[in-house]
Parts: sequence; structure tokens; C-alpha cells
Amino acid sequence: MKPSDTLRFASRAAAGYPLRTFLMVLAMSIGVAAVVVLTALGDGARRYVVNEFASLGTNLVIVLPGRSETGGFNPANAITSTPRDLTADDAQAITRAPAVLRSAPITIGTSEAVWSGRLRDVTIVGTTPDYLRLRRMDLAQGRFLPADEPNAAVAVIGAKIQAELFGAEAAIGKVLRIGDRRVRVIGVLAQSGQGLGMNADEVVILPVAVAQAMFDTNTLFRILVEAKGRALLEQAKAQTLEIVKARHDGEEDVTVITQDAVLETFDRILGTLTYGVAGIAAISLAVAGILVMNVMLVAVTQRTGEIGLLKALGAEDNAIRNAFLTEAALLSATGAVAGYLLGQGGAFALRTALPVLPAYPPDWAVIAALATALVTGLLFGVMPARRAARLDAVQALAKR
Amino acid sequence: MPLIELTGIERVFTLGDSEVHALHRLDLAIEAGEYLAVMGQSGSGKSTLLNLLGLLDRPNAGTYRLEGRDVTTLSADEQARVRRERIGFVFQSFHLVPRLTAAENVTLPLMLASVKPAERARRVAAALESFGLANRADHRPDQLSGGQRQRVAIARATIMRPAVILADEPTGNLDRATGEEVIRLLETLNTGGVTLVIVTHDAALGARARRRVVMQDGSKVSDG
Ligand SMILES: Nc1ncnc2c1ncn2[C@@H]1O[C@H](COP(=O)(O)OP(=O)(O)OP(=O)(O)O)[C@@H](O)[C@H]1O
Ligand SMILES: [Mg+2]
Repeated sequence: MKPSDTLRFASRAAAGYPLRTFLMVLAMSIGVAAVVVLTALGDGARRYVVNEFASLGTNLVIVLPGRSETGGFNPANAITSTPRDLTADDAQAITRAPAVLRSAPITIGTSEAVWSGRLRDVTIVGTTPDYLRLRRMDLAQGRFLPADEPNAAVAVIGAKIQAELFGAEAAIGKVLRIGDRRVRVIGVLAQSGQGLGMNADEVVILPVAVAQAMFDTNTLFRILVEAKGRALLEQAKAQTLEIVKARHDGEEDVTVITQDAVLETFDRILGTLTYGVAGIAAISLAVAGILVMNVMLVAVTQRTGEIGLLKALGAEDNAIRNAFLTEAALLSATGAVAGYLLGQGGAFALRTALPVLPAYPPDWAVIAALATALVTGLLFGVMPARRAARLDAVQALAKR
Repeated sequence: MPLIELTGIERVFTLGDSEVHALHRLDLAIEAGEYLAVMGQSGSGKSTLLNLLGLLDRPNAGTYRLEGRDVTTLSADEQARVRRERIGFVFQSFHLVPRLTAAENVTLPLMLASVKPAERARRVAAALESFGLANRADHRPDQLSGGQRQRVAIARATIMRPAVILADEPTGNLDRATGEEVIRLLETLNTGGVTLVIVTHDAALGARARRRVVMQDGSKVSDG
């Protein structure tokens, strides 16, 4: 029997029992679709986080106040009770490190902004002029914080604040009340969309000294440091730590991390999550494989008379085995393709519903899902096909 | 040299601890072109004999020569090839594949023998034409009458131009008139040179054959 005939015979057989074939294909396609959609979700989340970090600015070193707990026991920590403040002067000092391009201190708090009776909760960011370029932000109007007047009562506002407080009116030059202080708006940020952790459209940026006075604090939330290049990232990190340590009486009371490390951790966690989710979804493929076996066993029983006939007509055992195996393979291949389309449709729906999430299934997941579907289908099809081939011709013919 | 030559055939079925001798010390020679009816009571071994002749079953002892060649010792695949090329079966219950059309059912042996599609189509069309089924080619078995179904089955049995046609109660599921028609068709084939072996209970049918073999308890009790 020619392979093309085997294929035609098997596909006619599959088409001859439409309900059974439909259910089989459905089971297989749900398994494949589950893998595709769930990995799209997991990988989308991973990509989202990675992209967000990249948009924070590349080559970033972050200085946090306090010693990281993960560093193990350090005798120096045992003596000091409270860490020294991380100050704007520290940030200024870090700029002198040879591997550092620029740095910006950050103080964060929330407050109310009022203009002409309109009131809104805002996130206050206290920083210095370098912050704009360090965060790769753009201005829509006006200018950013002035370099020569660190104590000026001025503010740069996010696009959404501008829209909600001022509407169509020009914001530049207006005096805004924030908490119990008055600041003059000198700039409006360009719209940036969703950002990780903090939405840049809803912030009010003040000079760091003004913000610290407002919140009555001396310490910073953190210092952002940009290295001169990707290759200098580790050096920038070491030099930053060196400088801060020297300024804090030789005590290592800050934690310096690179964005890469944070990114890698997120990447790893979310990547592992995606694998895990793919694994769980793959179980449904194994279940579908068992279903293929069951369906094919039923088919062999149902078509015992037909198998007897084929033997009487001179079909070799191999021809019968191949026909049933091909049928199982066809069922799982159709299921796999249908599931792939279903899964891509689901991923598309996800992207439509959540435009910020790049929910594309990773190639490895698609290939693995299709391969698993085909292999389980074939593997579980072998036993029924062999049973069919081994049937005794006389007994098979006697059964109707 | 006879077409078929059985010598000392034994076929024993074991059911639990009892043994059934379905065929016992059977000798039978059939010449090419013969028209032979196998008769006898129910359980006398007629079907067992036919299955053996068709290489669907193997004897426990004895030899079976088909066209001078010992076929009992052939491998399963070699036997399949002999069935494909030299033997045609006609069954009481037709045994058509329900999801395939008449033409596709007739094509099955050609497909199993890897005959080229163009030649298949030509031979199937010719066969359906000569069996008066040309306008039923695309009908499925459930859209055909009993007589038409058996004609499709006979077309299928002859499409490979076998040396022998083995028919087990070919009229068993048909009314008298239709059965008569089917028998005439088989007899025409026999006139054309094909050896015909028919198993039947029907004395009238048996009387039409040129030779009658009567079985009893697995042995031949009369022949001629
Ligand atoms: N697979 C089997 N297992 C056990 N015994 C069997 C088997 N096949 C046939 N027999 C026995 O062998 C004997 C001959 O059976 P066979 O089917 O050849 O009879 P038959 O002459 O064709 O009868 P009928 O006219 O009813 O079709 C019977 O006694 C039957 O019970
Ligand atoms: Mg019988």
C-alpha cells in the first residue's frame, strides 16, 4: 500500500466518524492552546518587566540606604545601630567618580496639589536637573529644574496632572499649592504612558531641597547613577560604593545594585514561571494523548469487521498498522494545528485586552507544544494500531 | 496439476479442555476452472475449510498446495500477497466498508496492491459497468439494495483477476430472486475461467454446481 493511499484511507476513516474526530481534535487543541496562551502570558509579563527596566534608562546603578540583608553577617553592622542618611551631597559626590556619567538623588512622597479650587493627589519626586536625561524623559513645554537655583520653588508636572488641574489652560507660570507650599510651574513632561512602579504622567518634580523640606527629611529614597557605558557598569558600582563609604566614615551602610542584577532576577523568576506554566499546560497534552489511545482502541473494536476484510483482501499487517497509526497522527496533528491557531487567537485577544503586555508565545513553547502533541498522539496510537494489525482474520471477519 | 490440493488436513480448536476437530484427515483436489459446492450440516466444518483455502487460517497438520506451491509454510506477508493476487472472497454479510462508496470499496484490493491511480480508476469503472453498477459508483453501501451490495462485493472479489473465488453462503442474506441473480453472476465468472467454490445449505443451489462435496464432522462424506 502506498503512503499516499494510507494517508487518504486514514483521513477518510477520521472523516467517517465526525463527532469522535471533533472531540479528539478539541481535546488535543485545548492542550496545545493552553501551552501557547499561558506561555504567551508568562513571557509577556517577563518582556513587559524587562522593557520597563530598559526604559528606566540603561547602565543604571542604584544606591539604596541601609545594608542589604543578603550580604551575610558583617561585624561593622553589628556596631552601628542606624545607618547614616543618604544625602543629596552624596549624590553630588558620586558624580566625581571616573566611570560615572551623571547621578540624581530621589526623594519620594505623596501630597495634594491644588490650583484654582481643583485638588488632586500627586506623587512628589524631589531631584536634580540631571534626572531628566538620566530617566530619558522629554519635556512637552517649558524647561526642567534650573541648575543654578537649587532652592527655587518651582515644579515640573506630569502630562496627566497638567490635563486634570489645568485642562486647556496653560500651566507654565501658574502657581500651584502643594501641601502648605506654593511652587511655580516651569515645565510639563511629555506623555510617557505606564511606567514600572511609578507613573511619570502623575508626578510633580521639585528640586530635591524643596521636597526634603516639604517632607521634613534629610535622607533620600535612593540615588540613581548612570555609568559612562555598559562596560563600565561594574566599575561605576565599585566607585560609587567607594565614595559613599568614604563619606560615611568608612562604613558600608548603603546597598548598591545594578539594574542588570535586578533585571536578571526578574527575568529569571518570570522565565522560570513561564516554564512551570508550560509544564502544567503540557500535562493536558499527555491527557489528550491518553484520549487518543482510548479513541483509537474504540475505533479498532468498532472496525474489527473492516480489519478482517482488509486482511482477506490481502492487506499486510504493516499496512493495517500504518493506517491506524496514520489516523492517530492525523487526529493529533489536526488538533495541534487547531490548538496553535486557537492559542495564537487567545494571545491576540490578550494583547488586545491588555495592550501593555507583549503576550507573544515564545518559539520554544510553540515548537514544544506541537511536538508533544504529535509525539503523544503517535506514541499512544502505537498500541491500538498494533492490536489492529494482530487481530485474527477469521475472528475479525466473524464480528460485525 | 490441480489448482488446489489438500492432503491430510487437520484443524483442531481447543475450547477449555475439550478439543473440536473442525477438519479431520481431509484430502481434496480442485482443478482450475471447476465449479464446486461445499455442503453439509451446520458445524460440519464448511467455513473452516473455506477459511483454510483462503489462507485466513492455518491447518494444524497436513499440506495445502496452491498452483503447485506449498502455501502453509509461507510467512504472513507472503500469504497476504497470495490472498491479494490469487483469491477473491464473497461473504454472506457482504463486508463492505460503510463509509466508502461502491467505487471505493471495489478499489480497495487495487489500493492494497499499489496499482497506479489512473489504472485503478479505469479498472474500477470497467468492473462497475460490467456488473451493472455504473450509476451506483458514488453510492455508499447503505444507499444500495442487498443485491447491489453483493454485486459490489463480487466486483471487488474479481477486480484483481484471482484464480479462485471463495463464497461462503453468498445468498444467505438475499431473497430468492436476488440470490438467483447473484449466483448467475458468479456462474458467468466461472464460465469465464475462474474457479468457484461456494459454501451453501441450499440443496437447489448445490444442485447447480458441477461438483458437490458434502462434509460431516470435519470429514468429506461424499464428493462428485
Ligand atoms: N474459533 C473457533 N473456536 C472453537 N471452535 C470453533 C471455532 N471455529 C469453528 N469452531 C467449531 O468448528 C466446527 C466447524 O465450524 P464451521 O464454522 O466450519 O461450521 P460450518 O459448517 O461453517 O457451520 P455453519 O453451516 O453453521 O456455518 C464447529 O463445531 C464449530 O463450533
Ligand atoms: Mg459456516
